[in-house]
Amino acid sequence: MLGLEAKDFRLLILVAILTMAAPFLLNPFPEGSGLAQFNAGYPDLMQRFVIFGIFAIGFNILFGLTGYLSFGHAAFLGVGSYAAIWMMKLLTMNVIPAIIVSVIVAGIFSLAVGWISLRRSGIYFSILTLAFAQMSYSLAYSVLTPITGGETGLQPKVNDPRILDGALTEGGTPKANLFGLEMGSSIEWGVGNWLFTFNAGYYVAAIVMLAAFYLSIRIFRSPFGMMLRAVKSNQQRLNYTGLNAKPYTLAAFVISGMYAGLAGGLMVAMDTQVGAERMFWTASGEVVLMSILGGVGTLIGPVLGAGAIKYMENILSKINSDILHTWFAFLPDGLEDFVVTLIYPFIGKGWHLTLGLIFMAVVIFLPGGLVEGGQRIARLFGRKKKSTDTPDGKTTPAE
Amino acid sequence: MEAIILQVLNGLDKGSAYALIALGLTLIFGTLGVVNFAHGALFMIGAFCAVTLSRILTLSHTIVDETQKDFLGNPLKVEVPYVYDWFGQATGDVIIDWAVPLSILFAIPVMVAIGVLMERGLIKHFYKRPHADQILVTFGLAIVLQEIIKYYYGANPIPTPAPSAFVGSFDFGTMLGFEANQIIYPYWRIIYFAFAAIIIGAVFAFLQFTTFGMVVRAGMADRETVQLLGINIDKRFTLMFGIAAAVAGLAGVMYTPINSPNYHMGMDFLVLSFVVVVVGGMGSLPGAVLAGFVLGILESFASMREVLAILPGLNQIIIYLVAIIILLTRPRGLMGRKGVMED
Repeated sequence: MLGLEAKDFRLLILVAILTMAAPFLLNPFPEGSGLAQFNAGYPDLMQRFVIFGIFAIGFNILFGLTGYLSFGHAAFLGVGSYAAIWMMKLLTMNVIPAIIVSVIVAGIFSLAVGWISLRRSGIYFSILTLAFAQMSYSLAYSVLTPITGGETGLQPKVNDPRILDGALTEGGTPKANLFGLEMGSSIEWGVGNWLFTFNAGYYVAAIVMLAAFYLSIRIFRSPFGMMLRAVKSNQQRLNYTGLNAKPYTLAAFVISGMYAGLAGGLMVAMDTQVGAERMFWTASGEVVLMSILGGVGTLIGPVLGAGAIKYMENILSKINSDILHTWFAFLPDGLEDFVVTLIYPFIGKGWHLTLGLIFMAVVIFLPGGLVEGGQRIARLFGRKKKSTDTPDGKTTPAE
Repeated sequence: MEAIILQVLNGLDKGSAYALIALGLTLIFGTLGVVNFAHGALFMIGAFCAVTLSRILTLSHTIVDETQKDFLGNPLKVEVPYVYDWFGQATGDVIIDWAVPLSILFAIPVMVAIGVLMERGLIKHFYKRPHADQILVTFGLAIVLQEIIKYYYGANPIPTPAPSAFVGSFDFGTMLGFEANQIIYPYWRIIYFAFAAIIIGAVFAFLQFTTFGMVVRAGMADRETVQLLGINIDKRFTLMFGIAAAVAGLAGVMYTPINSPNYHMGMDFLVLSFVVVVVGGMGSLPGAVLAGFVLGILESFASMREVLAILPGLNQIIIYLVAIIILLTRPRGLMGRKGVMED
């Protein structure tokens, strides 16, 4: 189906069902119950799940297939975001032109960066991409302020030209929409104690994510994808057969840059503002964490990683010591305090510590990430379930 | 001329920090072949060694002072640091005042211990894994170390002043025969530079003139042969990791008066030091030091008002720009050795 093998198609359908049903699946606990804070089914977070999923899928096409570890991917995300916001300021608040232009602009930018960076490989490539990203960040903060808004960033203003849109009604604010369907609008559906929110923006982003995911499966299974894997496993041998690896790696770089631009454009479509800080190198580091955590080189891994990290960032960080005390209230007083002090550093503001520890554990014990973990558990229970994709374990950079 | 000298001087202190961190990074890379992304965290831990020592020194107990009265007429309760009890008030004040330089003595054993622990506990298991894995696991370690420091010391910068004798600036220009008030330079930055020069000199002397250093250099050149000669090179390399950690830590200790330490200072420096290492050439110790100072000085030149008038924003990007140019024209960096991390 759709030019996919049966098992890939099953994976795509599974992902499609999961994303479409996400408002239900991520809200398993009734409102007002003690566990309601673990619900992740609110629009803002769900949008972030899929957007960062796209970002990580794109990153994985570069790092997972070719082994080139880029530490500057956030720059493409940022450039895409700026392109999108300018479309919204100049053309229309409709998200379609914004997203398309963000992909194109990020593609051109990544072509330029990739052209230069790919002349080196290994750690030098990482440093070059990092240098480009940090340069973009610094420039966006300082010199390019007329274009980027500097520290204040950019938002659509009421008196922007927007040549395709009609004049706003008196006192109206510009809202991102898809042919009139506002991104921020939601339908709420209460069933018993449960409250499910269906957000227009989330579904737009989810459909884009599915398309991006489909495309990445096609790339993984194509001869082009095989070529990229060949670059990863032994670039020298590839050169000896008379092939020039550069066009392939550059293409992969540009594709992953366009994915990042797409994610940036969607971010603006969901929340119409941009700041330079989303180009900072820690943002590039975050997407590396996502890919590794989920399972680099696998199809679904990066999406899982993005979801896990965003979930931790938004849910784990909200737990404070009062909540912990209510959880462990059943313990004797002294023991309760002891347990709470023991757990406290790992939650709330300290969630980065948990992230760092989990990340280290994954790199040390599970080079294939969560996907490999899942496969190991599946094997443990003796089910002869064939893996949905082909993790090749090692993340060798092309050297 | 005055302006040029001033910019060179301004570049020296940042350049010293870059050079020290890059030196440690290169030591680790040259000996163990590990790309250590946690090196910035070691710099940061060094800075917090200074914070810790100054807190230990000001540990106090409360006594009731009968000679002083508070506004109700009751005897005043006074906090007295323990050092007053042990050394008397005058000496105690001097000790507290000199907390930062004293931290050097405190930081060396702590940092060596942390370094050795890191190498034996974690890095050891990553020699056979690809460089990308090493980068990733040390990156994770850097996050963990940073968060632990944040948990215990909070997220705000902690001011840690230099000894009062070194607070303030002096007129450097008059020493060189320029007019007064042309080249003003803080004392502590001169001390930082001198300190960095001493450490760098010490590391080079250690490698060059001691038997231990000779063996380490031999191991850097050809590890297997050294092992075949019956020398336990692993043990020496572990100690070199400790020394590299101590160098980063000392750079952090002495940097505290210049910039109040906070938990993410390591990450801020790490990115730049990596650029420095790559510009200098992976595995080349003189290259790392040279590139550190050159980039530090270039950065301060780029932030001159005259330069910014022509090329606005240059000070923000100069280091990265130089790195890109160097990497594309001299792939091995300024002084890179042949065969180290090449394509």
